[in-house]
Amino acid sequence: MNDISQGLLAALRLIVTFDAELWEISLRSLQVSLTAVIIASAVAMPFGAFLAVQRFKYRRLIISIMNALMGLPPVVVGLIFYILLSRSGPFGVFGLLFTPWAMIIVQIVIITPIIASISHQAMRELWAEYHDLLISLNTSKWQRIKTLIWDGRRNLLTAGLAGFGRAIGEVGAIMIVGGNIEHATRVLTTAIALETGKGDFALALGLGFVLIGLALFVNISIHWLSRTERERRW
Amino acid sequence: MFPLCLSNVSVARRGKSVLGPVDLVIDQGGPTMVIGPNGSGKTTLLRVMHGIERISEGTAAWAKPDHANHAYVFQSPVVLRRTVAENLSYPLYLIKYAKPEINTAVEYWIERIGLGKVANRSATRLSGGERQKLAIARALIRDPKVLFLDEPCSNLDGQSTREIETLLLETAAAGTRIIMATHDMAQARRLAADVVFMKSGRIAETGLAPDVFDAPKTSELKAFFKGDILE
Ligand SMILES: Nc1ncnc2c1ncn2[C@@H]1O[C@H](COP(=O)(O)OP(=O)(O)O)[C@@H](O)[C@H]1O
Ligand SMILES: [Mg+2]
Repeated sequence: MNDISQGLLAALRLIVTFDAELWEISLRSLQVSLTAVIIASAVAMPFGAFLAVQRFKYRRLIISIMNALMGLPPVVVGLIFYILLSRSGPFGVFGLLFTPWAMIIVQIVIITPIIASISHQAMRELWAEYHDLLISLNTSKWQRIKTLIWDGRRNLLTAGLAGFGRAIGEVGAIMIVGGNIEHATRVLTTAIALETGKGDFALALGLGFVLIGLALFVNISIHWLSRTERERRW
Repeated sequence: MFPLCLSNVSVARRGKSVLGPVDLVIDQGGPTMVIGPNGSGKTTLLRVMHGIERISEGTAAWAKPDHANHAYVFQSPVVLRRTVAENLSYPLYLIKYAKPEINTAVEYWIERIGLGKVANRSATRLSGGERQKLAIARALIRDPKVLFLDEPCSNLDGQSTREIETLLLETAAAGTRIIMATHDMAQARRLAADVVFMKSGRIAETGLAPDVFDAPKTSELKAFFKGDILE
């Protein structure tokens, strides 16, 4: 009990004094996960809209695969990309293993199906609503996708935030491909794992608070978004 | 672009025939009211004429096809999750009108349907009557030569119905060809120049409004006017 309360106090001190290490690790976490979310969204959101608008032969199969990929175990994704990115692997020449880019890549792989699936769901509902009008107005495929993305922007932001929440809290895959290297690839989750193992609860808890803060921020944002979605204020 | 000729048109959904076979010629004139009991195929017929329904047999062809000159108002109005003004500008934006032109048209129509005060409010928060007026204005903003309406006043109060009927009569007088489905016989009498009576997926009777209303020829139409339940 004493350990924990001391740890809590020390953690709060680290946070309020903007401890350099804590700051650096938090910032890197944000950088990696935000980059992953932006890249994944750029692919997943138009793809979700496309799946909603376009009928084609293997559409159902692709949707099933997309939903199955959501359940991909991150550790296995990490392992596969470790092999792909290692010196002797097919992408070894790029020297990406143990860099932030390796972490970004595995996070993209993990969250793209999630963002695509949530986006597709939202776009499908909107398409059901808009279908008749957009057909009647003789819109092109691309105009339809643009309209759905714009009018469904709040739902899409929710999808992005869900992806971000998943990315920022992920530890298995980025541990493997990032290596948790100090001043290079150490992020919130991997640092917490390490500091807990070392018994430095102060730093571990401090990092934990930041992580919880970010997760809370994401959830409150999603909540707030779904409220404004109902009220349609923007 | 007139006339529109439907010849031997049938529509089937999931193997079941829902329309036809029907033959019909739509030429200049109107307004044409499509009447008939629920499920008689009024909606399907309008959708065929607008070209958004797959035909399983026969042909429906305009003398000179020009879909851009059609507009269609659906039975339950589709409202874009945008502001009232953005709903109106949308069809013009699609065909790449210039900004000033769009603004002029939007301002004109928004005043004409009396929604000036809520121009920048989300259209999803409008009442049923306001939504329907918005949908009609959005259909008219491209100045179509043909306007299809599917029971635009079902579920609306008297005030909204009167405003919409006035708007439609003005539109017809300005030269837009109106083809409209309605189940409201009083409304059909007020608006119709000619009538298409549907029953069980077929056109049972057509004619000029005075003839049809005062001297229906078929026993089905007589029964319909009497208020009998038609199957
Ligand atoms: N989506 C649908 N699937 C199958 N049958 C339908 C569908 N929509 C309408 N129908 C059938 O098509 C027939 C004509 O419908 P409709 O054109 O909507 O008639 P109305 O507009 O006069 O009420 C009806 O028998 C109806 O049951
Ligand atoms: Mg109908």
